[in-house]
Amino acid sequence: MRAEGLTIEPKQSVISPGALDDLIGALRERGYRVLGPTVRDGAIVYDELGGATELPIGWTDSQDGGHYRLERRGDDARFGFAVGPQSWKRFLFPPRLRLWRARLGGADAPAVEEEPVDEQPLAFIGVRACELHAIEIQDQVFLGGRYTDRDYAARREDVFLVAVDCFEPGGTCFCTSMGTGPKVGSGSDLTLTELFDGEHRFLVRAGSDRGAEVLAGLSGRPAGPTDVEEAEQSVATAADRMGRTMEAFDLRDLLERNLEHPRWDDVAKRCLTCGNCTMVCPTCFCSAVEDETDLSGEEAERWRVWDTCFSVDYSHIHGGSIRPSGRSRYRQWMTHKLGTWHDQFGSSGCVGCGRCITWCPVGIDITEEVAAIRATDGAGADATVA
Amino acid sequence: MPRSLEDLLADVPLFEGLDDEARTLVAGCARNVHFGAGDRIFKEGGEADVFYVVRHGSVAVEAFVPARGPVTIETIEAGEVLGWSWLFAPYRWHFDARALTVVRATVFDGVCLREKCESDPALGYTLMGRFAQVLIDRLQSTRVRLLDVYGNDGRH
Amino acid sequence: MATTAVTEQHEPGAMVPAPFRVAEREQDTVDTWTLTLEPLEGPGPSIGPGQFMMVYAFGVGEVPISVSGPPGRPGPVVLTVRSVGAVTAAICASEPGRTLGLRGPFGTAWPIEAAGGDDVLIIAGGIGLAPLRPVVLHVLDQRAGYGSAAVLYGARTPGDLLYTDLHADWRRTVDVEVTVDTAGPDWPGRVGVVTKLLPGARFRPEQTTAFVCGPEIMMRFAARALLDRGLAPERILLSMERHMDCGIGLCGHCQLGPTLICRDGPVYPYSTLAPWLEVREL
Repeated sequence: MRAEGLTIEPKQSVISPGALDDLIGALRERGYRVLGPTVRDGAIVYDELGGATELPIGWTDSQDGGHYRLERRGDDARFGFAVGPQSWKRFLFPPRLRLWRARLGGADAPAVEEEPVDEQPLAFIGVRACELHAIEIQDQVFLGGRYTDRDYAARREDVFLVAVDCFEPGGTCFCTSMGTGPKVGSGSDLTLTELFDGEHRFLVRAGSDRGAEVLAGLSGRPAGPTDVEEAEQSVATAADRMGRTMEAFDLRDLLERNLEHPRWDDVAKRCLTCGNCTMVCPTCFCSAVEDETDLSGEEAERWRVWDTCFSVDYSHIHGGSIRPSGRSRYRQWMTHKLGTWHDQFGSSGCVGCGRCITWCPVGIDITEEVAAIRATDGAGADATVA
Repeated sequence: MPRSLEDLLADVPLFEGLDDEARTLVAGCARNVHFGAGDRIFKEGGEADVFYVVRHGSVAVEAFVPARGPVTIETIEAGEVLGWSWLFAPYRWHFDARALTVVRATVFDGVCLREKCESDPALGYTLMGRFAQVLIDRLQSTRVRLLDVYGNDGRH
Repeated sequence: MATTAVTEQHEPGAMVPAPFRVAEREQDTVDTWTLTLEPLEGPGPSIGPGQFMMVYAFGVGEVPISVSGPPGRPGPVVLTVRSVGAVTAAICASEPGRTLGLRGPFGTAWPIEAAGGDDVLIIAGGIGLAPLRPVVLHVLDQRAGYGSAAVLYGARTPGDLLYTDLHADWRRTVDVEVTVDTAGPDWPGRVGVVTKLLPGARFRPEQTTAFVCGPEIMMRFAARALLDRGLAPERILLSMERHMDCGIGLCGHCQLGPTLICRDGPVYPYSTLAPWLEVREL
């Protein structure tokens, strides 16, 4: 079950950094495939964790528009960084997924065999508040409509979520503007807050019965007032250190009335339509269907692959593409993410994680684009449409 | 009893709302004609000193394209105006016109009307405005078809 | 506007095509064929007028095709398909006995029942008559439930006209007016844009519902002509088209402004569409 509310008293404990190893072990024993942050290729990525030593101990990230570097910290913090280029969507909504195989057999109708769903439950270690919100947003996309995504539903069903409060927001973070962090709310099985005063330790609170059960099996001590107070202070400080801000009020209407704003021409001169932003964004969900066949033509497969609205082909219908210009494609992405997502799914599509800013090769900053449009709200509206 | 030309003109959209005096003036330049199915009504290059209002039947405006034959540009139906070349020098037909069916029409003497417009500028202005609308409609209709929206290779 | 009901119960994603056998294949024009497909499993879906199916040609690919058969009862699925690319070419080439995969029906339907008692205008351009044929069939079937009814149909040339063998039948109870963009001397009918057929149609603007389908630009001009004739924008229905990969609201491709065409369309009232149609490359 997804993390449900508690039926027992919420209890906060304090565990040592070493106990994280026990946590990972306990989850593996229960059959989970444990995924979490680790350093690879100069970035902090999400991958399978064999143990807690694989966490990015003592690493932090320096992020800005089009800039990402790992740097050494002066301590052994386990989660002393913001977010890396990947999000948890790569496990819940894999970049390439076979949907079914079919074999053409003579005069008979082709036999279609649906791909079995991956049965092994997943555990995510180190889920940020913004990422929890992103998962909930994708829940709405894939599970909230009339037709649900079979594969997402299966993967999502049993995911064990170990969240962490942020104390080291990044240069491009703006979760406070989007109301998605830095403090973890509800929706996780366990939440960790990393504390340093006097003793390097973790305050742990359970967010579900099964979280409480796992917590009960770890050695630790009950949390005291100083632990709780330090945790609150840590999160409050983090909330003040956001790298960016975005005035998110009324964004849906703002963007709807500014579809011809000259700022779109401006950003079009910079945007390479590379689609990096859509790859790193934790809520982007567009996919394409690829129908393939082998050389004999006897066997066919259907695959679902990640797609990006920045490609010209994305909007192709017979005769051409609806959005041939880069201008229209950037506009589509941003107005969808911040505006029409509300109409389609009942919330913003943006959680303020800043990845799109960091990983844009030319450093386009969505918070800056919004500010520019707000500053001259209504500009370009008089332009006569031919 | 057959209706007078003035009465008939009252039903023609081109002359809708004209006051009685104007309508009488215009009717003075008009008479009724009819064509059999297949009859040529005018030929490209011929002298264009009349125009028609089709009252019954259908007329094909055509262009003859070498190696392709006659191509129908537009069909003119009941209530519509056929011919505007009478308005502008050199007063020559730009296309052919052929009756597709039996056609009953009112033909207007363009020379007569031009003279009346010159001596009565107010009438001239009104008629010019009416014909401008006809030209606009034809132009729009042509422009939209130029887009070839149903074409297999065109953009949507 | 009444559209396909969205059920509270979530249906698991339907990404697996169901097999249908081609029972009949008829060529309509130089590049268009009408296929009648029989389900191999079960009685076949009940399809609302204007809904579409995702049609799969084994090993080639899948495209959305509007259904053009009689609406509302389970049975064979009739598809009129224009060959414009690899997938549609493969579909059009499917001889009787071959199997195609279908998913659906998806999308919103023409609100033909809500238009009961109204005068009805069915305005089609090119292949647009195919998604409108279910509306024609419904009106023919329930003729007394509507006032005046007219089909106004335009195509590129006489050779591109669809269902010409049926027009005489239709003419018995509804007006059918046809025009082409250009023609040779053998064509006895009208030549001109389809909107030129409006002045000759009889209808009460305040009591008329118009169903319009064709290339987007043709629908834009037709809607404007209807507005000029006094129809309220809510009474003008259009069927929109965008790239579709899934047909079930999960792939994101078919977005049109704040909606997904596979889920909130393809049928929309012009009152909803007007602001989006004005924005280029939306």
